[in-house]
Formats: sequence, structure tokens, C-alpha cells
Amino acid sequence: MSKLALKTYTLLQTVTSVSLSAMAWAVTGVRPIWSGSQPSERQRIYFANHTSHGDFILLSACLSERERAITHAIAAAEYWGKSRLRRFIAEDMLSSVLISRQWTSEEQNPISIMLSVLDQGHSLILFPEGTRNMSDEPLLPFRSGLYNLSMARPDVELIPCWIENMSRVLPKGQFLPVPLLCRIVFGTPVAVAPGEDRRAFLDRAHDALQALNPRPARDD
Amino acid sequence: MRHEISILIIGLFVVLTTASIVAATLSARAPKPLSVTLINLTQRINAWWVMVALMTVAFFFGRYGMTILFALISFAALREFVTLTHSRRSDHWVLLGMFGIIIPFQYWLVWTAWYGLFVIFIPVYCFLLMPAITALHGDTERFLERIAAQQWAVMISVYCVSHVPALLTLDVPGFQGRNLLLIAFLIIVVQGSDVLQYIFGKLFGKHRFSPTVSPSKTWEGLIGGLVASSLLGALLSFITPFTPLQASAVAFIACTMGFLGGLVASAIKRDQGVKDWGHLIEGHGGMLDRTDSLVFAAPIFFHIVRYFWTV
Repeated sequence: MSKLALKTYTLLQTVTSVSLSAMAWAVTGVRPIWSGSQPSERQRIYFANHTSHGDFILLSACLSERERAITHAIAAAEYWGKSRLRRFIAEDMLSSVLISRQWTSEEQNPISIMLSVLDQGHSLILFPEGTRNMSDEPLLPFRSGLYNLSMARPDVELIPCWIENMSRVLPKGQFLPVPLLCRIVFGTPVAVAPGEDRRAFLDRAHDALQALNPRPARDD
Repeated sequence: MRHEISILIIGLFVVLTTASIVAATLSARAPKPLSVTLINLTQRINAWWVMVALMTVAFFFGRYGMTILFALISFAALREFVTLTHSRRSDHWVLLGMFGIIIPFQYWLVWTAWYGLFVIFIPVYCFLLMPAITALHGDTERFLERIAAQQWAVMISVYCVSHVPALLTLDVPGFQGRNLLLIAFLIIVVQGSDVLQYIFGKLFGKHRFSPTVSPSKTWEGLIGGLVASSLLGALLSFITPFTPLQASAVAFIACTMGFLGGLVASAIKRDQGVKDWGHLIEGHGGMLDRTDSLVFAAPIFFHIVRYFWTV
């Protein structure tokens, strides 16, 4: 890629991220609540509950401009890679990283793709439920990615982030958002304890995230 | 009207400057670290500077400025109200309609001065059609609670708030072209009463008015605030069609309504388990925390002026 094209790309991504953050604020007044962690430029994996396509926009709107530039959301290639336009939006405008759930060849291995992003010093936004939660449960069981990443790169901080109200802003199957106030609660980092097995860790991380919900009784 | 507006702006500037100096002096003398009350006081005064500046700008744009400003206030207030109350997935279209249809249409009615529909659009048409849409969706879980909350949300945040710019549509003989001053009078008196109740409460407050609803409201604050704001009303009679006596009576009624609005808002917040409606205005809370008194005062003030002073 030529230097000029590279520049245009960064400009496009900057413009997109600034305007999306402004829009997220205008619609939802999104506000971070740092409860157990602080904003930092340290390398991190932000893991959050997932109910809507707008989730990672809201989350990255809570990060500083510099952090946002090096933080990539992990999105499903099955959905975002379906057409050239979607791929353009996901990869070129939102600088997200696409992974497939059904991968065949080694270069599609989601863990290797995510590790290669981490190895550039960048941070990730991950939705460990694996899909948007359309059930009545507040949070689905976690898939293994979070554990595998943490075992492979133990220095990266895992920050649980509870995204409030997005399921009401943009419920399943709707495309017009209702402007409701949203908060994102950033909790205490979790880490795999020595000797902790996969399921135990995933359940612990799951509970740590769910415990951040500031108004649990109303999520129905 | 220029003359009166200049006096108001200078007056507000003097009051805010005094407030900032007092707060700075108190902070300088107080032991460190500063108490929560003192930090909050400074935040509140700073926010007042911003709010007064925004109101002044909107004032200079006249009818446009006022209509747009209050439509935006309705938007922020409605968002806070709906966020706080219970809703379900099946309410999505009703909620969208509240933001996308009811707010624009109600303010369009204000803009075109269509009084007949303005007063009944929400309390009659929306009142009947919103629950009908909800019922058509077939989801009966906590039905009455949901439709009641939606009704309250639009009545408080849209209907009541829209009565402020609607003051511009009133035809008061001998007062033509000066209706903006009615808005200035209402806002200064009602918001002034909030501030005066706060000051009297902080200085002399002993006997709680309603410990179960709002522990911060005291009889001393209420009486001091109401008397002082009635006097403020009389003092401001030169910008109104009222005599000084009438102005103080109107101010008294508006501020009493304002007090009750604050009380009702506190009861709702307590019921929902929150302290503030939101965080839009530093030191004050949300939009509704700042406008709860205006919400209750505006329709009554509007109808008093309409009944007694228009043809």
C-alpha cells in the first residue's frame, strides 16, 4: 500500500471514530464508570456483554482518542465479511478485526489472528459470549477465547466492561435506536490464577462481568 | 424590550459574579480537603454560568431560539425519564414515536400557535393511542406500569415543558412583541426560587418538610424561598404585563408549583432507587433535576396569563 493510501486510511478511521463517538454520545449520553480500573494506555483486552451492533462503538467512545486508535473490536466474519461493503465498514472504517467461528485453515484460526494483533502492541475489545445475547439471561456462558488469549499473553490486562441499556436502545431486529442513557462500568482486571482450569476461569470472569451491572433488577 | 433585556443580563451577571466570589472566598477559607457541599456549590455556580449563557444566546434568536432550545430540553428530559422507568422490547416503536413524532409534532404546534391541538394532542390523542399500540403488540407483562410510565414521560418532559415556549403565542393586549420577557420572568422566578430555597435551607433549615420524600427540603427553606421569590417577582414586574402585586402573586403560585414539582420528582427518583435523573449538568444532576420545578410551574403560569391577561 502506498504511503498516501495509508494516510487516507488513517484519516478515514479517525474521522469515523470521532464522528461515531460523537453520535454515540448524542444518542446515549454514554459515560464511563471506572470502578476497579482506570483509563490507561496499557495493553488490554476489554471484554463486554454483547446485545447490539452498537456495543463496541459505545465502548470505544469511552476510551481516549489515542487508546481508540490502537483498540480493535473482534467481530464475526460470518456477518461482517459477507459483502464488500460490510467488510469495508468493519475493517477500513471501524478498524475491527474479523474472525470466523467456523474456520478451516490455520491462517483463519481466531486465536492466532487475535494474538497477532496483540503482538503489535494493540488492545482488543472482545465479546466472550461469542454472539449477541437475545435470550432472557443477562449474560450467556463464555467461550474459551478469553482463557486462551490470557494463557498465551499473561501480561495483557483483562478488563470486564458492563454495557448498560444497549439492549433497550437497539433491541433484536430493530435498526432505529431509541435514545436512552447508557453507562459502561469498567471493573477490576481479572487474570487466570495459577493452576486454574479453563471452565473455572471462564465462569469467574463471567460472574465478575455480570456483577458490574449497576441495576440488575431492571434487565428484563 | 432591549432595555429590559439589558437590565436582566446585567442583573444575572452581577448575581452570578457575586455567587462565584462568595463560593471562592468560602473555599479559600474552608479547611482542606473541601467539603462535598462546598465543591458541589462551586460546580453548581459554574453550571449556572453555562446555563445562563445558553439561555441568553437562545433569547437573541427569539422564537426560533426558544422553540429549538425547549425541544432539546424535552429531548434530554424524556431520555432521562424513559431510561429510568421500566420498558420491554415490545415497547420499542412506542418509545421511538415519543422521540421521533411526539416531540417534533408538539413543538410544531407551539411554532404554528395551534392552541386547540397543542393542549389536547398529548393528554387526549397520545393518551389513548400509545396504550393502544402497546396492546396491539400483545405483550401484557406489567402492562399498566409500562403505559403509565410512558404517559408520564411525555406529559412531564414534552407537554409541560412545551408550555414555556408556548408563552410566545399568547396575545396580551399592550404587551405585543414582548412575550419573550414572560419566559424570562417565569424562568428567573422559578429557578431563582430553587436557588433561594437552597440558600435558606442551608442557612436556616431545621424542620424537614418531608423526610420520607426529600430529606433536603425544609420548612425554613420553603418559606424563605417562597417569600423571597415573591418579592423577586414584584421586583421584576417591570418586564411583565402585571402590577407589582399581581407579579408577586403569580410568582408565588408558580414557585409553589415548582416546589411541588421538585417533591414529585424526588418521589419518583426515590421509588426508582436513584439520587439524580442523570449527569448532564455538573453539580446539579440531570436535565430533569434542574427543570422539575419549571415543569410543574409552566402550564399553570401559562394558563393564568392566558385566562386573566389575554383577550
